[in-house]
Amino acid sequence: MFGIGKKKAYTGLSRGTRIVRSLTLIIPSIVMVIMIIIALFANLGWIGLPDVGLAPHDPNSTNPRDKLLPPSFIEGGKSDYFLGTDRLGRDIFSRVLYGARVSLSVSLIVILITAVIGTILGILSGYKGGRTDAFIMRVTDVALSFPALLLAMLLWVAIGPGYWTVVLALSILGWAGYARMIRGESLRIRESDFVAQAQVVGASTWRIMFRHIFPNIVNSLIVIMTLQVGMMILAEAALSFLGLGITAPTPSWGSIVADGRSQLDRAWWISAFPGICIGLVVMAGNFLGDWIRDKLDPRLRQL
Amino acid sequence: MSDVILEARNIVKHYPVTRGLLQRTVGWVRAVDGVSFTVEDGKTLSLVGESGAGKTTIAKQILLLERLTSGNIFFQGKDIYKYSASELKKNYRPNIQTVQQNPWSSMNPRMRVRDVVGEPIFVNTKLPKNEVYQDVGKLLEQVGIGAEGMSRYPHEFSGGQRQRIAVARAMALHPELLVLDEPVSALDVSIRAQIMNLLKDLQTQYNLSYLVIAHNLATVRYMSHSIAIMYLGQLVEYGESEVLFKNPLHPYTRALISASQLTLPEDAKDSSKQIILSGEMPSPLNPPSGCRFHTRCTEVMDICSKEIPEMKTIGTQQVKCHHYK
Repeated sequence: MFGIGKKKAYTGLSRGTRIVRSLTLIIPSIVMVIMIIIALFANLGWIGLPDVGLAPHDPNSTNPRDKLLPPSFIEGGKSDYFLGTDRLGRDIFSRVLYGARVSLSVSLIVILITAVIGTILGILSGYKGGRTDAFIMRVTDVALSFPALLLAMLLWVAIGPGYWTVVLALSILGWAGYARMIRGESLRIRESDFVAQAQVVGASTWRIMFRHIFPNIVNSLIVIMTLQVGMMILAEAALSFLGLGITAPTPSWGSIVADGRSQLDRAWWISAFPGICIGLVVMAGNFLGDWIRDKLDPRLRQL
Repeated sequence: MSDVILEARNIVKHYPVTRGLLQRTVGWVRAVDGVSFTVEDGKTLSLVGESGAGKTTIAKQILLLERLTSGNIFFQGKDIYKYSASELKKNYRPNIQTVQQNPWSSMNPRMRVRDVVGEPIFVNTKLPKNEVYQDVGKLLEQVGIGAEGMSRYPHEFSGGQRQRIAVARAMALHPELLVLDEPVSALDVSIRAQIMNLLKDLQTQYNLSYLVIAHNLATVRYMSHSIAIMYLGQLVEYGESEVLFKNPLHPYTRALISASQLTLPEDAKDSSKQIILSGEMPSPLNPPSGCRFHTRCTEVMDICSKEIPEMKTIGTQQVKCHHYK
């Protein structure tokens, strides 16, 4: 059917399309790797090395004489402050590097916690069915409809602001999306012949849930987890921006943006650079998530 | 007369049909409606019928995947609903294993063959891994796969090979009874005979009993000792395999035999002997009055739509038809 000279008929994609496709994988990967390196090596003190790192300044040291300096590549900027300084004379570049730490680690921890809770409840709900299912799904509905901001404010009042308050606020409601999706997948797999086979053999509920159902939903789980990276960074930034997140002076991207809000007309660079970082990471996360979904989608894999 | 290993007595499965906001029950699907049969030790009983006749529901009831609506199932003389949970796990489940119709969906695609076949042993014993895998190797040798297939995944095998793996898994606990739910109907015709030979060999070697579910009389003739013909949730004829083939009593059995012989072209030449049923099987939601087969029967009489026929014993056969007094 296909002649030797018709190789294109196999791939179905032109050279240009393929280049664009691979760029949508390569560029986001590079962005992600850079961000992770930044977060890890902003300062090496935390792994027992001397107190040096990528960040040229202590992110919290103030310097009144150098306040509101523009970035070094703009007229009036000092070469010492690559991305300029804020109204207290703190180095924006160092603050953005340190901020990556908070933003990325919050999103990572929250994703792990919510994925574990959501997966367990989702499988339980889908496999057990009946009252267990009804109960878990009603709780899920509540979690999905509860305003996240309100909860964050309640926690802020109840246990005070801080890193773990943000993690808690995002985790308490975040599992519900996973639970719902995993439940649907579990319902589908519960009806499959190999689960019936396991029941005939006398396998325990636990075994069926984790040896039979879980390995078959792990693809979908990875896909939502990657897509959640962007969501969680945005959520953390939003909370910090509103002052419900990380306490000053610790920098997080959201709180630096909030810091610069009042000086936007005079010193746009304070808010702009952390904002760009948020945008880049969220976009990279979404591109990677899409790519992984395409790769792992079982319908595509079977072809 | 050999011992009875499994007896089904008047088993029934009705599924409720619900409608509306309040999920009121508006009717019942009579999937299985009063079926009785026995499986003898070391023998094969085949349940044959069209799709929708309730064969698979019966298999599921025996495997405890569906509850009985009423009736009893006795295993070695004991009502299986009287077993305690631990007795079920120890005495019943390991002794009743199954091979399913579709070898592509009956294995977890994420498990290696050694875990697929070894799962029954892992679940029911506390043997260490390497001993279980030794057993698995022997089982695979026995079904003609070879122990080297152990660490591969199910999708690396063909349909016939997968069905052999499924048989190995079913044999893993040395059961008394295998429920074979259309064991060959998903396979290529050329491979069917191999699998049936394998099952026959295992039966003689281990004195296994089989309950075979099938829709094609021709395939089960070869391996059955007795055959039960099902129509719309009920048995219509039940008897020893050879007797039933030589002297089919029920018009439906005759139609099925006629249909199965059509597979050979030389048999089809004599078209005067062919019985071709018209129409579909009626809905089990609202079965026909009287004899359930009367809407499609070629020998229908007035009485058939009015009175429900009783099961009558004619020689060694049992038949449910008004033609026999």
